[in-house]
Amino acid sequence: MDFLNALVALLNFVVVPATAYGAQLALGALGVTLVYGILRFSNFAHGDTMAFGTMATILFTWGLQAAGISLGPVPTALLALPAGIAAAALLVLGTDRAVYRFYRRRKANPVILVIVSMGVMFIYNGLVRLVIGPGDRNFDDGARFIFTVRDFREATGLDEGVGLRTSQAITVITAVIVVAVLFWFLNHTRTGKSMRAFSDNEDLALLSGINPERVVMVTWLIVAALATVAGVLYGLDKSFRPLTYFQLLLPIFAAAIVGGLGSPLGAIAGGFVIAFSEVTITYAWKKVLEYLLPQSLEPSGLVQLLSTDYKFAVSFMILVVVLLFRPTGLFRGKSV
Amino acid sequence: MSQGLRNAALFAGVGLLIVLTGFVQSWNTALVILNMGLVSAIMAIGVNLQWGFAGLFNVGVMGFVALGGLAAVLVAADPVPEAWSAGGARVMAGLVLGALTIAAAALFWARMAPGRARALGLVAILLVGFFAFRAVLDPGVAVIEAIDPAATGYLGGLGLPILLSWPAGGLLAAGAAWVIGKTALGLRSDYLAIATLGIAEIIIAVMKNEDWLSRGVKNVIGLPRPVPYEVDLQRSETFVARAAEFGLDPMTASGLWVKAAYGLLFAAVLLAIFVLAQLALHSPWGRMMRAIRDNETAAEAMGKNVTRRHLQVFILGSAICGIGGAMMTTLDGQLTPSSYQPLRFTFLVWVMVIVGGSGSNLGAVLGGFLIWFLWVQVEPMGQLLMSTLASGLPEGSDLRAHLLDSAAHVRLLTMGVILLLVLRFSPRGLIPE
Repeated sequence: MDFLNALVALLNFVVVPATAYGAQLALGALGVTLVYGILRFSNFAHGDTMAFGTMATILFTWGLQAAGISLGPVPTALLALPAGIAAAALLVLGTDRAVYRFYRRRKANPVILVIVSMGVMFIYNGLVRLVIGPGDRNFDDGARFIFTVRDFREATGLDEGVGLRTSQAITVITAVIVVAVLFWFLNHTRTGKSMRAFSDNEDLALLSGINPERVVMVTWLIVAALATVAGVLYGLDKSFRPLTYFQLLLPIFAAAIVGGLGSPLGAIAGGFVIAFSEVTITYAWKKVLEYLLPQSLEPSGLVQLLSTDYKFAVSFMILVVVLLFRPTGLFRGKSV
Repeated sequence: MSQGLRNAALFAGVGLLIVLTGFVQSWNTALVILNMGLVSAIMAIGVNLQWGFAGLFNVGVMGFVALGGLAAVLVAADPVPEAWSAGGARVMAGLVLGALTIAAAALFWARMAPGRARALGLVAILLVGFFAFRAVLDPGVAVIEAIDPAATGYLGGLGLPILLSWPAGGLLAAGAAWVIGKTALGLRSDYLAIATLGIAEIIIAVMKNEDWLSRGVKNVIGLPRPVPYEVDLQRSETFVARAAEFGLDPMTASGLWVKAAYGLLFAAVLLAIFVLAQLALHSPWGRMMRAIRDNETAAEAMGKNVTRRHLQVFILGSAICGIGGAMMTTLDGQLTPSSYQPLRFTFLVWVMVIVGGSGSNLGAVLGGFLIWFLWVQVEPMGQLLMSTLASGLPEGSDLRAHLLDSAAHVRLLTMGVILLLVLRFSPRGLIPE
C-alpha cells in the first residue's frame, strides 16, 4: 500500500506536471529547431514569437467571450487558436520579408542573423507589452479539473491522489496531434520532403529545382503555428506574462540542443529530458521517501535537491554536459 | 569630411543632446543621463573587446554586471559580526567543500582513462560532494538568515571604502569568466551565446535566493558612498555660500554637486579603460586578436593559440563589465537583484556596441552615450506621442487609459528598430573600425 501511495504521489507531483511542461517545451523546441535547420540561425526572437501568438489568441478569446461563445468545459482559447496562429504567421512572414530576407540573399554570417533576431526580439517584446501590458493574464475559462485529487482518493481509497487538470490533458492531446501532423507533413508531402532536402543539403536542393523562398515561407508558417500552440498551452497551464515567455527561451534552446539542433525528433526528446530533470531536481522528495523508507530512515528535511528558483540552472547544467560530451546532441543534429 | 572631424561631430552631437536635456528638462536629469552614459560606455567597451576584437558572442553581460554589483556589497557593506560568529565558519567550510568537490571531479576526470568507470566515478564524486556541501552549508545559512532578518540576515561585507569594490568587481567577474570560458569557449558562436545567456540567469538566481550572501530580494540598501552626502553639503556653510554665488539654492546645488562628483570619478575610470583598450587594439596583441577573429584557421596555422587568446579576451571583457557593474551599484547606493533584466543589461549593451560600430572603442563609447540617452528619453517622447494619439479619444475611455499606460514600452520597440536599421543600412556602425 505504501508503495502504491508513493507511486501515486510521484505521479501527481512529478510525472503529470513534467509531461505537460515537456510537451510545451517540445513544441517550442520544434520551432527553434526548424528555423535552425532551414534558415540556419538560432532564433532569439522565438520566445517573443510565442508571446505574440499567445497575446493574439488571448485577444480573440476575449472577443469570443464578449460575443458569448464558449466551449463549455474546454477553454475558449482553443477556438481562438487558429486566429492567433494566423496573426503570428502574418507577423513572422512580414518580419521575414522586411528583415531576414535581405540577409539571406546576401548569405550573411549566421551570427549576424542571430544579432538581427535580437533586434526582432526587442520589437516583438515591445509590441506585446504595448498591446497587452507586462502583467499576468489568466485566460483559462474552462473546467479546472478532469478529476481532482479528492475524486481519485475517494475512488481508490489510497491516502495519496492524482489530479488531472484540464489544461494538462489538453496540452498532451494537442501536442500529440500537432506532432503527428507535423511528422506526417515532413515525411509524406512534397513540400515537407523538399523542406527536409533543403535542410540536409541546400545546394543539392536548389539544383533539383526546389524553390527556396517557398520552403522558407512554409517553414515560417509552421514555426508560427508551433510557437502559438506552445505559447497558448503554456499560458493555459500556468499563466501569460511576457517576461516569462522571454525566459522560456533558455529551456527551449536547451531542449533543442540536447536533442540535436535541426532534428525534429531530437527536439521532442530534448523537451521531455529538460522538463523531467527540472521537475525531479526541484521536487521535494520527502513525501515519496516517507512511504518508501522504513520509519528509522525517514528524512528530516524536504529532500529537495535545488530550490525551484534554480530551475534555469538545471536546464543549463544539462545543456553544458551535452555540449561538452556530445556536442551534436542526442539525435545527431547539425554541427556547423 | 575626414574621419576625425566626423567622429568629433558625432560626439558633439550627443553632447549637445545631453546639454539640451539640461536646458529643456533639468540639469539634474542631464547629469543622471551623463553618469549612466559613462557607465554604459564602460560596459560597451567590455563587450566590444569580446565581440569587436575577438568575435566572441557573449550574451551574459547582465551576469557580469550583477557580479560587479555583488562585489560592491561584499567590499563596502558593514560586516555583521553576529552572523559571522553564528554561521560564518560553517558557510565558509561549505563553500570550500563545494570548491574541493569540483576540483576533485576535474582532477579525477583528467587522470582516469576514458571509460565507464570514469563516468560512474565522476557522478559518484559529484553526488557525494553535493550532499556533503548541502549538509555543511544549509544549517549555517539557516542560522545566518535568522539573525535580524528585517535589517541584516546576511554576512555583510568587509566595510572597506566602496571605491575598492570597483577593481574587486572586475576581479569577481574575471573569476567567473575564467570558469565559464574554460567550459564554454570551445563551443560554436551560437552555443556560446546560449551558454552565456544561461549563466547570467543563474548568477541572478543565486543573488536573488542566497539571502546569506546578498540579502536576496530584500535588497541591500544604504551602501557607503565615495562622494559626500547631500545633507552634509547643505549643512556646510561654505558650500551654501558658494552655491549662493552661482545663484542656486542649497538643495539643487548639493544634488548637482554630488552627481558631478560621481561623473568626474566615472569619467576618470572610463578614460583609463578607453586608453588601455585603444593601446591594446593597436598593439601586436590587438592585431593578433583581429587576425584570429577574421580567420581562426589561418591564425592557428601561424602558431597562435586560439583557445587561450579567446579565454584571455573573454576574461578581460567580462572584467570591464564587472567594473561597470560595481560602479553602477555604487551610483545607486543599493543592490536590487530583481532589477537585473536581460533586455536592459545584456541586449541594450549589445545595441550600444552595434550602433557605435563593432571593433571600434570610440564607437562603443559613442554608442554607450547615445543609446543610453535614447533609452531614457524615448519614454517621455512616447508619453508625448501617446497623449497626442489619445487626445482625440473621450476622457475615461479604456483605450485612452491603455495608450497612456503603455507609453513606457515604446522604448523596447525603438531599440529594436534602431538596431535593425543600423544593421541593415550601416552594418559597420556610426564609427566604423
